[in-house]
Amino acid sequence: MQRIVTKVAGEVGFYFAIAFFVVVTTFPFYWMLITSFKSNPDLYDVTNIPFWFNEAPTLEHFRYLFEQTLFVRWLLNSLVIGLCVVTITLIAALPAGYSLARMTGRNGEALGIGIFLTYLVPPTLLFLPLSRIVANLGLQNSMWSLVLVYPTFTIPFCTWLLMGFFKALPPEIEEAAIVDGCSLFGAFVRMVIPLSLPAILTTVIFTFTLTLQEFVYALTFISSSAQKPITLGVATDLVRGDIFFWGEIMAGALIASVPVAIAYNLLLDRFITGITGGAVK
Amino acid sequence: MASIAEPVTKPVSRFRYILDRRETLGAVMVAPAILYVLLLVGGPFLLAVYYSVSAYTIYDPSWRFVGLANFAQIIKNPVFLQTLGNTFLFTFGSQFLGLILGKFGAFLLMRPFAGRKIVRALIMLPWAVPIALAAVAWEWMFDSLYSVINWSMIALGIIDRSDAPNWLGNPHLAMLCVIIVNAWRFFPFAIVIFLAGITSVPQDIIDAAIVDGAGFWRRNYQIVLPLILPIVAVGLIFGIVFTFTDLSIVYLLTNGGPVNATSVLGFQGFQVGIVSGDVSHGAAISLFMLPVLLAVVIVVLRFIRRREV
Repeated sequence: MQRIVTKVAGEVGFYFAIAFFVVVTTFPFYWMLITSFKSNPDLYDVTNIPFWFNEAPTLEHFRYLFEQTLFVRWLLNSLVIGLCVVTITLIAALPAGYSLARMTGRNGEALGIGIFLTYLVPPTLLFLPLSRIVANLGLQNSMWSLVLVYPTFTIPFCTWLLMGFFKALPPEIEEAAIVDGCSLFGAFVRMVIPLSLPAILTTVIFTFTLTLQEFVYALTFISSSAQKPITLGVATDLVRGDIFFWGEIMAGALIASVPVAIAYNLLLDRFITGITGGAVK
Repeated sequence: MASIAEPVTKPVSRFRYILDRRETLGAVMVAPAILYVLLLVGGPFLLAVYYSVSAYTIYDPSWRFVGLANFAQIIKNPVFLQTLGNTFLFTFGSQFLGLILGKFGAFLLMRPFAGRKIVRALIMLPWAVPIALAAVAWEWMFDSLYSVINWSMIALGIIDRSDAPNWLGNPHLAMLCVIIVNAWRFFPFAIVIFLAGITSVPQDIIDAAIVDGAGFWRRNYQIVLPLILPIVAVGLIFGIVFTFTDLSIVYLLTNGGPVNATSVLGFQGFQVGIVSGDVSHGAAISLFMLPVLLAVVIVVLRFIRRREV
């Protein structure tokens, strides 16, 4: 009897702890959701129960967001920035990752670690010189400045990810292609790339989410509303005067968060192997 | 006639021959990535170092060398000293809290149970979602008047409406808030790092320890923990580097206030260098991050290497 009681108590405690973690991590998102559907009189009344609707839910905030603000423009900006950065990153990181995995031997390993370490150089150390460089190139206040700068962290990260993947690919594949008359580079283009499509897709999605998550460079380089990417626009541009319009802000934050959250969770395992790859052999 | 035809084909074949050498093609293929990083990370980094010893501002872009005068000035500034202290408190406070929550969370998620995948996906949300967007949600939750946290505490009878805390308006509470939000954002990352480490420990080692009579705590702290340290160390480098240099949480939640109580190095560098346009002093402030970052990276890398040997 005693034993059963202890066991039941243990189980209850376990699920209670799990519930605690889930509530802590998801509550702010629940809060975005409920705020974005609440009418203003409901939101701004301290006597109302805040956790649920006291008046009928409304789509007013979403309508305002799409019709009266630059929200759609920010979405498009982020899409353009993301696609351009993905292209630049793939062009640079794909051959680099392959080269470091297969062709440069011992030096390549050191070089790979070197490239990866640049991922650790923080934006807050580089934003001053980069903002001068961006200004001198005439890209100040333009989203193209972000297309130029974002590859500085996506290239190192993706080179590292792809390097790990290419190392795991059996070298016999290229050897066979070379025996059949392919050049070294031809073997890479015709054999390795088609076989690496899953890894390339992972890289594409990661690069895209990294560009969506970035905030510091966007904040530093861009002040005109029409050029902002979605994250910066929602966080800084929906405040009119000194007044926060929480319904619209939360609606915008929710829409921008959902795709990133889904993409990240799908690729989580690859991400972890990617960054811990240096520590576990 | 044959001797005329030869020079035409030779350069082509030599070029092909060079590109078919592994080392050469390897160097050519890695070059674009290295160049990009050198030009837009290495170059700006050196530029930042030079700014910090010059008199450069956006109003007077002179490259006049002033030695360590900028550093001497900012060290005497009490706001800067406070900022430095805040940065350490912010970093180590949130990392400590994050690691404890992470270890505990990993311990829970190790056990198989129904719906574990969904729970893991939900717990990962703070790390996955852009921090700027989560920060505005927190700002709304910490609102001075409509804070849901205050509402709940009043409803539960813990506090009275008249003395409900103004989370972001009180210097101590504001610091607590930014630490909590940062720990909230990082602990899912700590969980996956711990999980990745624990699952990489071979089961036979654990079995052997059980056979040898090692108890739960002994297994955890004398066998598993030392084995997963390299992975945890990598995770810790990430956490410390990204927190120590963070700008977005402080910028969005408190804007460094009230009265510099939550100002951190990244924020201060932004205020001085970008907002006020005093590039040289801003660069000097940002460069204060460097010794700490270098120390962290070197210590952790040495640590990993020693364990591998």
